[in-house]
Amino acid sequence: MKVDASNPLWRFRGITSTAMFFFAYLYLPIVVLIALSFNENRLATIWTGFTMDWYVTALSNDDMLRAAQNSIVVAVSATVLATIAATLAAMGMSRGRFKGEAGVSAMLVLPLLVPEIVTAIATLLFFVALGIKLGLLTVIIAHTVFCIPFAYLPIRARLEGMDPALVEAANDLYANEWKAFRRVTLPLLWPGILSGAMLSFIISLDDFVISYFVGGAGSTTLPIYIFGMIRIGITPEVNAVSAMMLIVSIVFVSISFMIDRIRY
Amino acid sequence: MSEVVISARSVGKTFGSGADKVTALDSVSVDIFQNEFFTMLGPSGCGKTTLLRLIGGFEQATSGQILLEGKELNDLPPFKRPINTVFQSYALFPHLTVKQNITFGLEMQGISRKDAGGRADEMLELVRLAEYGDRVPSQLSGGQQQRIALARALAPAPKVLLLDEPLSALDLKLRKEMQVELKRLQTETGITFVFVTHDQEEALAMSDRIAVMQSGEILQIGAPREIYEAPTHRFVADFIGDSNFLVGDLVDGGAGKRAVKLSGGQVIALTQEVSDQRTGEVTVSVRPERLGLVAESDAGADQLTGTVSTIIYFGTDTTYQIDLGNEALLTVRMQNGSGAKADFAEGERVGITMSPDAIRVLAD
Repeated sequence: MKVDASNPLWRFRGITSTAMFFFAYLYLPIVVLIALSFNENRLATIWTGFTMDWYVTALSNDDMLRAAQNSIVVAVSATVLATIAATLAAMGMSRGRFKGEAGVSAMLVLPLLVPEIVTAIATLLFFVALGIKLGLLTVIIAHTVFCIPFAYLPIRARLEGMDPALVEAANDLYANEWKAFRRVTLPLLWPGILSGAMLSFIISLDDFVISYFVGGAGSTTLPIYIFGMIRIGITPEVNAVSAMMLIVSIVFVSISFMIDRIRY
Repeated sequence: MSEVVISARSVGKTFGSGADKVTALDSVSVDIFQNEFFTMLGPSGCGKTTLLRLIGGFEQATSGQILLEGKELNDLPPFKRPINTVFQSYALFPHLTVKQNITFGLEMQGISRKDAGGRADEMLELVRLAEYGDRVPSQLSGGQQQRIALARALAPAPKVLLLDEPLSALDLKLRKEMQVELKRLQTETGITFVFVTHDQEEALAMSDRIAVMQSGEILQIGAPREIYEAPTHRFVADFIGDSNFLVGDLVDGGAGKRAVKLSGGQVIALTQEVSDQRTGEVTVSVRPERLGLVAESDAGADQLTGTVSTIIYFGTDTTYQIDLGNEALLTVRMQNGSGAKADFAEGERVGITMSPDAIRVLAD
């Protein structure tokens, strides 16, 4: 590791062990979880030997597969809807200045700060008051709402970094508003849009609290299913399912991160 | 000169409303001719860029009309105007190659890909970057990006090319090269160039005509020589080159001419026609290089006299600050090695010679 001598922190002798402890604190539980997913023993905490059987068990569990399918349906729908809404919002917010702009800007990202349990209860009461039957649809609607700020931020950041003269140049070169959007704005924006979409997808896939409150019969998502499994008893099957979710999350977050770094 | 291409008639533009209202242009009228290199010159905030953006269609005029070959443009969006722009930031599309940048406007006009490609090659040839078609803008230097921006804007053969301070981001040497290049492109293509700058040297070097602007108004329009040698306003005389200003009263100079009587009693004859309606105190300007120095003993009774206060040697010429006594300093610039006696010492009394046609009476 290269040491930057100008940083006074590096002169602290215990820095290496402190850093090790910090990373262990962050990642050791996850490493243990993945390791135990290969444990032969039914009791998750006693290691007796290596096996892939729990992955096979999990992938042949119909209830688990149904929950996974629900999760994907919800995540994909919420992602598409939230990304479209976020793109339009970002485009609107970048076009000139208006009164109360700062307020609108804050309101767009406020859902990030509202405690999830509050959103969950509010959304539940809202659906009940309207008499909408709880199910996949209500979960999709609720997920769309909390995904919007996650999709909005990277798209907005892209737009902010775009020279407004580019659209003017397109207009100047005989492209009408729509063609300028399709040929110039959209191609320059897509890394932000894709990055926002990936982020939305992961946030939706991972959500427990809101799904638990606004879901109904037949809308069990993967996190809720895992929660149910744990109540019966922790088996390595839970570990296997969790490990698979982790891999999907890592892949999506990495792709999102890499796309966001695309620069022209 | 030939026919009018762009005509602005009493064009006004305000931004904001109420207390925040800012007048960017205040009833500006100007005609720009076919095949002309026309420059709008002024400090930032004078309205030159606003006028350019109004011609391009990026802003809407608050009042007045803008005509292209006699037809009103006001309500046409930029993509319906046969006018192209070179932006200050170049605004090259970063996700397209150089060639795709150049063909963009052509394809939007419905020209086939093949014809557009051929035209793009011609344009690359014109700006001397024939081998750069497959690069992307970020692989080009500032000067090269500048040329591509020009090629892209010239490719659709617009009736008018607008240039918004395109040279301001380049270093001095490159800027000088591009000045020559721009002038060459304008001559070769025969397209009317409307150029915006705050750099007076740039304006003098390239333009057929210059409009000097200040606070949303055009003060003077004329050929570079006219603007420099016969400024009509104090602002113009001050903004372009160096000027001395003297205050005096308009008096009769005899033989149908007028003269200016300075507070010291000296009378300067004028060759400039000044309306009979003007009387009383006026300001006159005179360029430092149009003044000369003689020994006080050689000075006539009516000549200005003063004391040399500072001498600055510049190589090609020498600048003398002359203290006129009661009110002001006068700057005199004399070329070195021109054979004239140019050896005066600080503190020496001198007489000042001036050619009458160098004295310009300024508007109030």
